[in-house]
Amino acid sequence: MERKTLDLWVGLFVVAGLAAVLVLAMKVGNLSTFNMSESYELKADFGNIGGLKARAPVKSAGVVVGRVTNISFDNASYRARVTMVVDKRYQFPKDTFAKILTAGLLGEQYIGLDPGGDEVNLKSGDNIAKTEPAMVLESLISKFMFDKAADGDAKK
Amino acid sequence: MPSENLVEIQELNFTYDVRPVLQGINMHFPRGKVVAIMGLSGCGKTTLLRLIGGQLKPSSGQVQVAGQTIHTLDREGLFRMRRRMGMLFQFGALYTDMSVFDNVAFQMREHTDLPESLIRDLVLLKLEAVGLRGAHNLMPTELSGGMARRVALARAIALDPMLMLYDEPFAGLDTISLGVIGNLIRHLNDALGATSIVVTHDVQESLKIVDYIYFMSEGRVIAEGTPDELRAADTGFVHQFVHGEIDGPMPFHYPGAGYAEDLALDVAHA
Amino acid sequence: MLERAITGIRGTGHRVVNGVWRLGYASRFFLAVLLHSSMSFRRFHLTIKEIYFSGVLSLIIILVSGLFVGMVLGLQGYETLQKYGSESALGTLVALSLVRELGPVLAALLFASRAGSAITAEIGLMKATEQISAMEMMAVDPIARVVAPRFWAGVISMPLLAAMFSATGVFGGYLIGVVLIGVDEGQFWSQMQAAVDFRQDVMNGVIKSCVFGVAITAIALFEGYDAPPTAEGVSHATTRTVVTSALAVLALDFILTAFMFRGL
Ligand SMILES: Nc1ncnc2c1ncn2[C@@H]1O[C@H](COP(=O)(O)OP(=O)(O)O)[C@@H](O)[C@H]1O
Ligand SMILES: [Mg+2]
Repeated sequence: MERKTLDLWVGLFVVAGLAAVLVLAMKVGNLSTFNMSESYELKADFGNIGGLKARAPVKSAGVVVGRVTNISFDNASYRARVTMVVDKRYQFPKDTFAKILTAGLLGEQYIGLDPGGDEVNLKSGDNIAKTEPAMVLESLISKFMFDKAADGDAKK
Repeated sequence: MPSENLVEIQELNFTYDVRPVLQGINMHFPRGKVVAIMGLSGCGKTTLLRLIGGQLKPSSGQVQVAGQTIHTLDREGLFRMRRRMGMLFQFGALYTDMSVFDNVAFQMREHTDLPESLIRDLVLLKLEAVGLRGAHNLMPTELSGGMARRVALARAIALDPMLMLYDEPFAGLDTISLGVIGNLIRHLNDALGATSIVVTHDVQESLKIVDYIYFMSEGRVIAEGTPDELRAADTGFVHQFVHGEIDGPMPFHYPGAGYAEDLALDVAHA
Repeated sequence: MLERAITGIRGTGHRVVNGVWRLGYASRFFLAVLLHSSMSFRRFHLTIKEIYFSGVLSLIIILVSGLFVGMVLGLQGYETLQKYGSESALGTLVALSLVRELGPVLAALLFASRAGSAITAEIGLMKATEQISAMEMMAVDPIARVVAPRFWAGVISMPLLAAMFSATGVFGGYLIGVVLIGVDEGQFWSQMQAAVDFRQDVMNGVIKSCVFGVAITAIALFEGYDAPPTAEGVSHATTRTVVTSALAVLALDFILTAFMFRGL
């Protein structure tokens, strides 16, 4: 085959391949929605993190604002210490509430931030004081049963 | 002496694993001559060519080409030496993914910085020498056996080698192609001022074109001489071989092990 | 009886020694390929030609398979997810399975059987017809001229093919899930984007397919170069290429997955 035709085909092939990577990054992945380059770090201690994992999303009002970067166990307080990075564009007051929530019934766990009313915003390296631990499935089920029972009682 | 002989083989022994293939070979190939090495299949002719080309290392003894001992050369030196050798393989060994033209141009492109226009002229010249200039656009699969052999010949002489090695150039050719190749070998040798070593078992054709002949059997040289001397010999191996008699001093049956391996070898060449 | 046992043990020993010897031989071959790679880049058109043969010519099978695998994922995923009322997670399921596992692995298996076997057969035949010998006699190093360009072509093609496989697969899942079944389009994409992380998922998939590309082409080239110079030898070598590289891909996938996603 002519070298020029060959070059053309291979060129098209490489461009198509790179385009596929780009599609995977932008359309399939989160590269377009969340940019880690401009971010600040927050910490939060939880009594129980359930199934939360590193790289889990941090959301506020349903919008992804950051990611969990590290989870460790604090030997002094016997609590889980979660480190997360949050996009610089989003600022939260000092008394923000951090909860571990579950997407859907069996979905993955993420951190939800409920902004409070404080004048001062959280800075990089700050600790979120107000936290709520993860709902563990067992307690979730017992709560559900209890509610059902209470419902039944009420109807009677 | 070294200036007179391009290739000198001294007390050469070669062993595959434990089986001796060549034993105590002494040969010399004077510059400008066409020398034939003859013998039955499996007697070690191809092995000998590979030793000359440096693809195998001797178990003992040595091969000298242009005053240099082949097996002591490093890779660089060996490659430099091989650029001045041309080898015609038994079945041509044309590069099947390239056209006839690109096959002949291969070495020029690999080893020289010649401009493409000059390469084109040179390639057509080489193809003209073997009478296949018109076939330069064909692919190797579109060639007959004789044509493929001629293209391979044109490819082997691409860089005007000083030493040409031919491995069974006549095998599997019809009588006309056979004569054509025979004449080409002789004429190219004389035109290039090269030295040629022709490995063959085609006695009649080689007697016509060569200056000197070595006969080998089971890894040894058993007779040597000019064509006239050999034709005159009326007894022994040479007579049997030259006149194509089945029975004679040259045993028809080899020892069992050798036979089996020979069969394996024939498959390998197919 | 005792004799039988001894023969058996000797046979096993022989096989083990042979295997180890071959592995060492293969590593040396691989090293030689890496050391003689400069020509593949200096004369890049040699590599381009091989990218055409192993990459461009594998494109059809990769795209068609990717599309179908994605469509099957769409159907099966929907069937399962809708039982839990979470069919909006279909995009996540399709994309994560493709980007992390199925894309790299299936593309690699297809690549092994389409391009790997062709490489082995080609090199094996070149050796059987003495083309490799002829090249050596022309003072051209066949490792640098023939083997290395094919190696780098494979290493370049594989991740691109895997990415195209995953991308068409996601499109196939979209066709079935959104266009045919009617899952909400916005949820399909947004849930996918929320769950698929660029570095963690996409890049790890690309790294996987690079490793597979190295493994498959190295195996294919070695088998071809090492094949006995006969028709039978070449055909056996071709079969071995497909079997060995399939096993290598699956084993490597396990190891890589363990390292990447479990943080072992
Ligand atoms: N790669 C090899 N390994 C072991 N033995 C070989 C090999 N190649 C050739 N032989 C043996 O060496 C002997 C000489 O072979 P060769 O030189 O090819 O003979 P021929 O005269 O037909 O060209 C044969 O008996 C063959 O069995
Ligand atoms: Mg031979």
